Amino acid sequence: MVWDVGSPLSIGAILFTVIIVAAMLIWVERRLLGLWQERLGPNRVGPFGLLQVVADMIKIFAKEDWVPPFADKFSFILAPPIIMIVILMSFTVIPFAPGVGVIDSDIGVLFVLAMASLGAYSVMLGGLASNNKYALLGSLRAAAQMVSYEVFMGISLLGVVALTGSFNLREIVIAQSDGWYIIPQFIGFLIFMIAGIAESHRLPFDIPEAEQEIVAGYHTEYSGMKFGMFFVGEYLGVVLISSLLVVLFFGGWLGPAFLPPIVWFLLKTAFFIAFFILLRAAIPRPRYDQLMTYGWLFLLPLSLLNLMITGAFVLWQEGAI
Amino acid sequence: MMLLFYLAGAVALISTVSVIISTNVVHALVYLIISLLAVAVIFFVLGAPFAAMLEAIVYAGAIMVLFLFVMMMLNLGQATEDEEKAWLRPQLWVGPGLLILVLLTQLVNVLVTQQVDVVPVEVGVRELSVLLFGPWLLAVELASMLLLAGLIAAYHLAKK
Repeated sequence: MVWDVGSPLSIGAILFTVIIVAAMLIWVERRLLGLWQERLGPNRVGPFGLLQVVADMIKIFAKEDWVPPFADKFSFILAPPIIMIVILMSFTVIPFAPGVGVIDSDIGVLFVLAMASLGAYSVMLGGLASNNKYALLGSLRAAAQMVSYEVFMGISLLGVVALTGSFNLREIVIAQSDGWYIIPQFIGFLIFMIAGIAESHRLPFDIPEAEQEIVAGYHTEYSGMKFGMFFVGEYLGVVLISSLLVVLFFGGWLGPAFLPPIVWFLLKTAFFIAFFILLRAAIPRPRYDQLMTYGWLFLLPLSLLNLMITGAFVLWQEGAI
Repeated sequence: MMLLFYLAGAVALISTVSVIISTNVVHALVYLIISLLAVAVIFFVLGAPFAAMLEAIVYAGAIMVLFLFVMMMLNLGQATEDEEKAWLRPQLWVGPGLLILVLLTQLVNVLVTQQVDVVPVEVGVRELSVLLFGPWLLAVELASMLLLAGLIAAYHLAKK
């Protein structure tokens, strides 16, 4: 069987699709933002402006790839690839459809969390190595934000893990065949989504790179493809969080039989990607201290409460209480 | 699997040595993170995937982030690097080097004389949790109390 979990064809197809989708998001985001803000967006290059992605890529490759003389060269060059590698690694445990995936791991959920926590280094090292006040401020904010929201991200997932009884993402999807986890785990879903936006530092939580306050935050000094890697890494993060939401709470590839499973997965993921872009167009950015207070004083107790109730429910179902 | 084990072990050794001899604090931290990740790979090869992931999440992902966070606020520059260079004089290495040599010969001796064929058995999350919350429940509870005490102390210090 050529099409199987972990076959070279499967791995190649997944890698290609994920990177192409992330690159296409450059265009999708600007067109959708245009639609929601009642303007056109990029529509000049090619049909519907589709070739805008190619134009942007050529531009980014042709730009001078400059390392500032005052920067710490080792960390400055090391930082951008980290985010790309870490997020692409996370895609290895995502079950796209029956028989489509890279590995079928029993510790899938933990692996995603581990990779998410390593992603923080990209932003921190980038800002620190730049030797620039704005970059340092940006990466300080990023560090605090990502470390805090990682905590609730992990705890909000544990409800799903307790209901399934496994860390395996494929088993989590199969366990949802009699009902998606969005209904019993609605609070977990909300917390995970908020934490996911904060982890991928997208608007409205793009405090580490807030243009109006600190120029471009941690990537102020970056240019060329090094900046491009941060940029594509952010879009990859959006795709990752969307597909995780689908896998954990919306039944993954499950759906009525008139469409093949992979199409259901792609449709649901596309819906969440569009939702993230709509959030960007709709919600203003909170202040830094508001974000931290909201996280520690509201989301943390809520996620612990959710975990406790779910645990009690699982025990009650098994007849232990 | 054996090759993976030795490869990860070599990475762990080299990066740990680099942590000690590196004069730039940020570089030393990056090497320390690599060393922890290599240890996580070793755990994985030895059949403890849960421990491997916790090593990556807790040590490499959380504690080292806090180290780096503190480092950012200290504003260390060329001056600190020169200071480190002055402290790490080559003649300092003679004493520790000799002592390490003794340990190394002992280690090699043990490895050569004792032929133990260890076959790694994978311990899943479920088996581990049954052990932790069964026979070792008291130890887990004591550890959590210790952590709570640390948390309260940190809160108290931060309020001052």
